[in-house]
Order: sequence, then C-alpha cells, then structure tokens
Amino acid sequence: MTQSIELNINGARSVVTADPGTPLIYVLRNDLKLKGTRFGCGAGVCGCCTVLLDGRGIQSCNTPVSAAQGREITTIEGLGGKAGTHPLQQAFVDEQAGQCGYCLTGVVMGAAALLGRNPSPTEAEIRSELDIHLCRCGAYDRILRAIRRASEMISKRGE
Amino acid sequence: MTTDPLPPGLTRNSRLDRWVEMRTDGVVEVRTGKVEIGQGITSALAQIAAEELDVDYARIRMIPADTGRSPNEGVTAGSRSTMDGGGALRQACAEVRDAFLQAAARRLNAGVDELFVRDGTIHRKASNESATYWELSAEVDLSRDADGRVAPKRADQLTLVGKSLPRLDLPDKVAGAGVYVHDLELPGMLHGRVVRPPSYRAVLDAFDGKRIETMPGVRAVVRDGRFLGVVAAREEQAVAAAAALAKGAVWHEAEDLPDVDAIPAFLRSRPSKAKILSEKGVPKQAGAHAVSASYSRPFLAHASIGPACAVARVQSGAIEVWCQSQSIHPTRLDIAKTLGVAPDTITVRHVQGAGCYGHNAADDAALDAVLLARAVEGHPVRLQWSHEDELAWSPFGPAMVVAMEGAVDDAGRIVDWRHELWSNPHIARPGLQESPSLLAAWHLDQPFAQPPGIDALPGIQPTSERNAVPIYDFPNQRVVLNALERLPVRTGTLRAIGGFLNTYAIECFMDELAHAAGVDPVELRLNHLSDERAIAVIKAARERSGLASRSRHDGSGGDGSRGMGLGFARYSNEAAYAAVVVEVEAGATINVVRAVAAVDCGRTINPDGVRNQVEGGIVQAVSWVLKEQVRFDRTRITTRTWDDYPILRFSEAPPVEVSIIDRPDEPSLGVGEAVAGPVAAAIANAVFDAIGVRVRDLPLTRERMLAAINDA
Repeated sequence: MTQSIELNINGARSVVTADPGTPLIYVLRNDLKLKGTRFGCGAGVCGCCTVLLDGRGIQSCNTPVSAAQGREITTIEGLGGKAGTHPLQQAFVDEQAGQCGYCLTGVVMGAAALLGRNPSPTEAEIRSELDIHLCRCGAYDRILRAIRRASEMISKRGE
Repeated sequence: MTTDPLPPGLTRNSRLDRWVEMRTDGVVEVRTGKVEIGQGITSALAQIAAEELDVDYARIRMIPADTGRSPNEGVTAGSRSTMDGGGALRQACAEVRDAFLQAAARRLNAGVDELFVRDGTIHRKASNESATYWELSAEVDLSRDADGRVAPKRADQLTLVGKSLPRLDLPDKVAGAGVYVHDLELPGMLHGRVVRPPSYRAVLDAFDGKRIETMPGVRAVVRDGRFLGVVAAREEQAVAAAAALAKGAVWHEAEDLPDVDAIPAFLRSRPSKAKILSEKGVPKQAGAHAVSASYSRPFLAHASIGPACAVARVQSGAIEVWCQSQSIHPTRLDIAKTLGVAPDTITVRHVQGAGCYGHNAADDAALDAVLLARAVEGHPVRLQWSHEDELAWSPFGPAMVVAMEGAVDDAGRIVDWRHELWSNPHIARPGLQESPSLLAAWHLDQPFAQPPGIDALPGIQPTSERNAVPIYDFPNQRVVLNALERLPVRTGTLRAIGGFLNTYAIECFMDELAHAAGVDPVELRLNHLSDERAIAVIKAARERSGLASRSRHDGSGGDGSRGMGLGFARYSNEAAYAAVVVEVEAGATINVVRAVAAVDCGRTINPDGVRNQVEGGIVQAVSWVLKEQVRFDRTRITTRTWDDYPILRFSEAPPVEVSIIDRPDEPSLGVGEAVAGPVAAAIANAVFDAIGVRVRDLPLTRERMLAAINDA
C-alpha cells in the first residue's frame, strides 16, 4: 500500500508517496529525480547504488525507503554541500579516474563514508572499505590515487 | 592537383555539415558516428577536431549520435574508432577550416597565406584585421562534399594532439548528472521489464497474464510467443509484476548444453571447416626439442556493471528509441526487419550506458523497449534488464581452443611452428545478416531464426583468426582455423575477440619452447622478430619492469612463489603494439602483484587516454585469467549473479604502470584491445617462472592450479 513518507535528503525535507517497502533507489531516482545514484545488481553487492544514511554507506537498491525515514540521506548530488563539489569529486577529475563512469558515484559515496570517519586511511583500509565496489572498466588504480588525493586535500583543509 | 583518397568514413558521409556546425555563439558542434562506451573516444575525437580547426578544446561540443543526422560510421568496435573515425573527422575538420580561411580571405581581401587561426579567430599577419568563425559561419557553405584537396596538419604542426587533455565526460559523471540512458526522463514515461525464458530453447506452456494485469500500477502485460513483459507506472511495480509473471509462467526445457567442464573436447568434436591461414616452408621439421600444448578459454561474459537499458516511444507509426547501442544504424535495420516496418519510420539515438566491452545486451534492450512501448501507444517506456539477465542472456565471448606444436633447435632457432584453432564465428551484431540479430526477435510467436553469425566483414580482419598468424619470423609454419558453426550457447564479440586466446597460446608457447631449449624467453622472441616497433616495446617492458636485471630468464627463475613473465602482441597484427610484464605470487591461488606495459599506438592523440585504456585492459584481462568463466548445467546458464561470476575487486587489482612509445609520424592505432592477450600469457608465464607449473586452460582457478601442482 502506498503511503506518504517524509525523508530528509541532502539537507532538505521531501515527502513522497510510495509503498514503504520500495527500494530507496527507486524513490531517489524516480520520485526525487536524483539520477546520480546508479542501479547495478539489485542485490547490494556491487556498490553502484551506495548513498549515505547518517553518514554511513548503504546500498540503496536493497534498503527499503521506510528504513531511511527519520535519518539523514546524502546522495552524490548533495555530497558537495554548499561548495557544490566535494574534494573527492574534484580528485576523481584531477586523476581522470574513470572510464564509463557508471560505478563512480557509488565509489565516491563509499569513499566519502570512509573519509568521513577516517580522513587519512591507509591504502589497505581504502581497498578493504571499497571492496564491495566493482569497476568493470578496471580503473581501480586511478580511483585509489584519487581517494588518496582527496584524503590529502581534506587533511590540509582541516589543518 | 593530386589528392589523397578520403578516409572511408568520410567517403560514406562526405558532406562537411554532417560533421561540423560552426555556431554563431562560438560553440563548435561536432557530430560523429562513433559512440562513447567509456573508452573516452568522444574526448579524443574532440581533441582531433579542436586541433584541425584551431579552436580551443572547450569550444567543442560533441553531439550524441542519432540515425537522423549523425554520420553513419557503422559500429563502434574493434579499437578502430581513433584510426577510422579519427581519420575521417580530421580530414573533415581540415576542410572546414580551409573553407573558413577562404571566406576570411575574401572578406579581408587577403591571400590565404597571409592568414592564421587562433581559437577560431582568423588573423591577418602584420595587421589588426581579423574575422571569426562565428562571424563567418553564415557565409560559409558546409553543405558540400569533402574533396580531399586540403591536407590535415603534419606532425610538426600539432599543438593539441599528443597532450593529455582531460576527458569531457568525467565532471558530469562524478557529479552524478543524468548522463546515461538509464537516467532519461520523458513526459508520461512508464517502466518496463521483460521476463526471459529460463533457458535458451525453453518453450512456454502456460502463463497467467490476467492476474498480473490486476497488480498495482500495471498498465500492460505483453506476450508474443515466448517474449513476455510488463509495463507499469512505477519502476518497483514493474519489477514486482515481472517477478510474479516469472513465477507463474510454466516452461518445458531441454538438456541441450554441453558439459561445461569439457568445453575444449566439445569444441574439437563439433563439425568444422578447415581454413589454412598461413603455410610456409616445409612444415613438420624435426628439431632438437619438440613441444606440443593445447590452450583454451571458456565462455566469458561482458559482465557490464549496469544492466542494459533503453527507452522507446511508439506513436502514430513513428518509433523513437534511445539506447546504448554501439551500432545505431544497423540496430535500426534489425528493429525494422523484426517489426516489418520501413527503417525510416524509426529514429535511434545513442545515449551512454555502462561500459560494454563488446557486443552485449545493448541492442537487445532497444528492441525489448519497442515491443513493450507498442502496448502503450504514445507513452515512452523505459526498459531495463535485470542484472541476472545481463549476465545470463547477453552474448558471451565464445569459448575457443588452440593446439600448438613446434620445435626449437639447440641454438634457440624455432624450426617448426603449427597453430590450429577451433572457434565459432564471433560476430553476431545487428544489421549484418538476413535474420535480425536481436534476442526478442527469436522469441516472438512468428520467430525469426537466430542467425548463424559471421566471422569476417569487409574491411576488418576476420575475428576468430585474429593474431593467429604469428608476427614472428619462422621458416616453417602452418596456421589452421577450424571454423565451427554457431554453438548452442549465445555468443558475440568480446574485447580482443579471437586475438585474446591466439595471443595467449602463442605467447605461452614461446615460453614453453624457450624452456625446452634452455634459452631466455624474451631473447627467443627478439631473435625471431624483424619489426623494430615490436622489438622496441618488448625491450621497454623488459627494462621498466626489472625483468632485464634478473639472472635467469629461462622460465624457471622464480623463487618458488614469486615470478615474472612477459607477453607481447601487435593486436590483430595491424593495430597497437603492446608488451606486458607481470609479477605474480603463485601457489594454489595466484596474486598479480604488479603489471608493467609498454605500448606503441602510432601517433598518440591523448597519452593519458591511452594509459587509461591500457590500464583498464590489463585489469580486465587479469580478471578473465584468474576468475572468469560462464558456467551452465545441461539446461541453463547458472552464472547469474556476482557471486557466481566474480570479477576482479579493489583488493585484488594490481598497480599498473604504462609507458608509451610515441610515433608522431605514424597513423594513430587503437589500444582498447591491445593488452588482453599479452597480459594473459604474461600471467601464465610468470606462474611457471615462480613455481614451474603451467595451467593452459583458462581461467587459472585454484582447483586447476592444485591439480597441476599435485601432478608436477
């Protein structure tokens, strides 16, 4: 049964009408037109659809919208906040880290979750945290460089 | 005046306004028939256009291809876009620039040789007089044919080509802009899903469409033969309806697939036609050391990260399709054929999808969307495949076998070389055969036959035999293709096609011969090469990787766990040269520690773009070699999720180093497929180097490695 659901997305309140069991990704993409969250496998194992829920990375393809109620949802569109561009997004462009780009927004969100709780992760920590994210184009090396670069940008900014 | 022949892509699409439009607001619109599939081609082509037109790179706007206006450049495939598409665009832009120079000369009452162009402004030397492309665009008529009377820039005149300009598409992609076909949003759009049969030849006995029609949001249930689909208002409603439809459908199936664990024997047992690809000398020379070995690869999935998607709208006899096809014009032909309508009633527009790496489900999705959209006239339908169907129903890169025999003498001269391969035709792309090459067309109530496939097309090298004829100079050689008919498993072109296994076999076998003769495997290669560019990449990879400094290079120089190996090829013997050295840690499981590649792709348009493609090609090939194999039981494809069909992950990806040998005076050559075969052989050779064990059937799984170690 559809019902009215209130969500806090990228710092703003939104109300949508949907079945509470609807996977969050469909609400983000189709009701709120936030297309930057990509559908990959539908089973939460490829990382494409990663968004932040209260700062933690979750897979929106197998998270019901009801589970996001009352929590802060951050999507790629809101990651940069008022600045518009997050250091991770800048670093990915600087490193030319990507090819088809389909996995990238999920990777960026996964990396944002990591840098949010650990701004200076080791390479092993980055690889481990991002291991859920698949990149079929094989841009892993560049993506790692981009995340290290973003980590440095954030650390410098924090000093 | 003598003129060079026009590049073929320009001969077929000779009108200059088909390629370039100079807008009055200072934007240069460039159209190309080549499409972006993640390889960065639109950025490389923009760079070429900016170079020849003498405008800033930022002024170039690449217009997505559509069948209405864009040049018909066939298929974007085979690492040929920079060679062919780049060549055509370069010439077109050179002629456009000249047309503007002529117009400026008239306006300024000057000779063309008094003029020079800087970012679209044409200046008269030693004066303040100038005119811009944007001012002149109204008086320059580009509705004329290219004539080849203007030459593009010489290597020493290039200013942008050869620079690592940033890709045009990445900022939007990391910002999360709606750049993919998946993201299209049209007024009145509905969501569609297709329910595929459980196996290739399953027959539909019964299904309950009535019950599905009453489910929330369902707007249409489509059945045509064994093509089943649903259209619903909301996406999750379409997903739920499709799941219910699948659950309620009753099929009967046949056990008609081969034993997945005995594919090489299956391929060799199939009826085949022998084709001699090369025969010279007096084959079957006895040498001091005779060696024979057989290599195989399994069926491989393209395994796109994003499932195929397309949007279609059918209204008053006009059909519009937005899809991620690599071949919008040919795909339009096959859709028209399937529906029995004229091609010009259909417009197909390219919108980016997730990376495809060959012929995957992109074209199938286009027809699926049209078939669903017919049921809801006037409403656009966004059709998306499931990930499971993407893995199980897309065409697979065909399984192949190669049997090698050879002999090497004590002096390290290869005196005999025999290469025999078994392969079905790789090409199954749309628009090329009598019957449509689109999945749904074979499932309709009045079905089209699945076409037999094609091994060779005019103008491109045959697919199975690619790289089969060795680039090495051997006095005696015989290379034979045993061409199989279409297999009971659906196949299509996958990155590097036949070149992957042929190169893997050749480059492993070179190491095996070297080991038999007790000579260095890299020296063995160099001693049988006369092509200086080939020699240069091998030496560069050897130096940069540290392979050169090792004391033993006889294929057993490792320390019992760590080893290094090299693989080399010139892709399809006509595209880029690539040599790759990998270092592995080997035991029952193999860990690729690092990879070092040297490539020569002629004139490099964008060095970072080349590196990006080569790095990705290396990682994907490592994934194929270590992990990937489509599996099936006697009835169904069983690899349907990332758990069943794992690919390389962050924790497994090696650091990759790529060096480029630039040849500014040589034609640009594609690199997308260049490293796959060399990487595969380099890994197997490194494993042998490390632990003295060789597994020849791909993938190099733990089970196979354990069996080989136990046999050793």
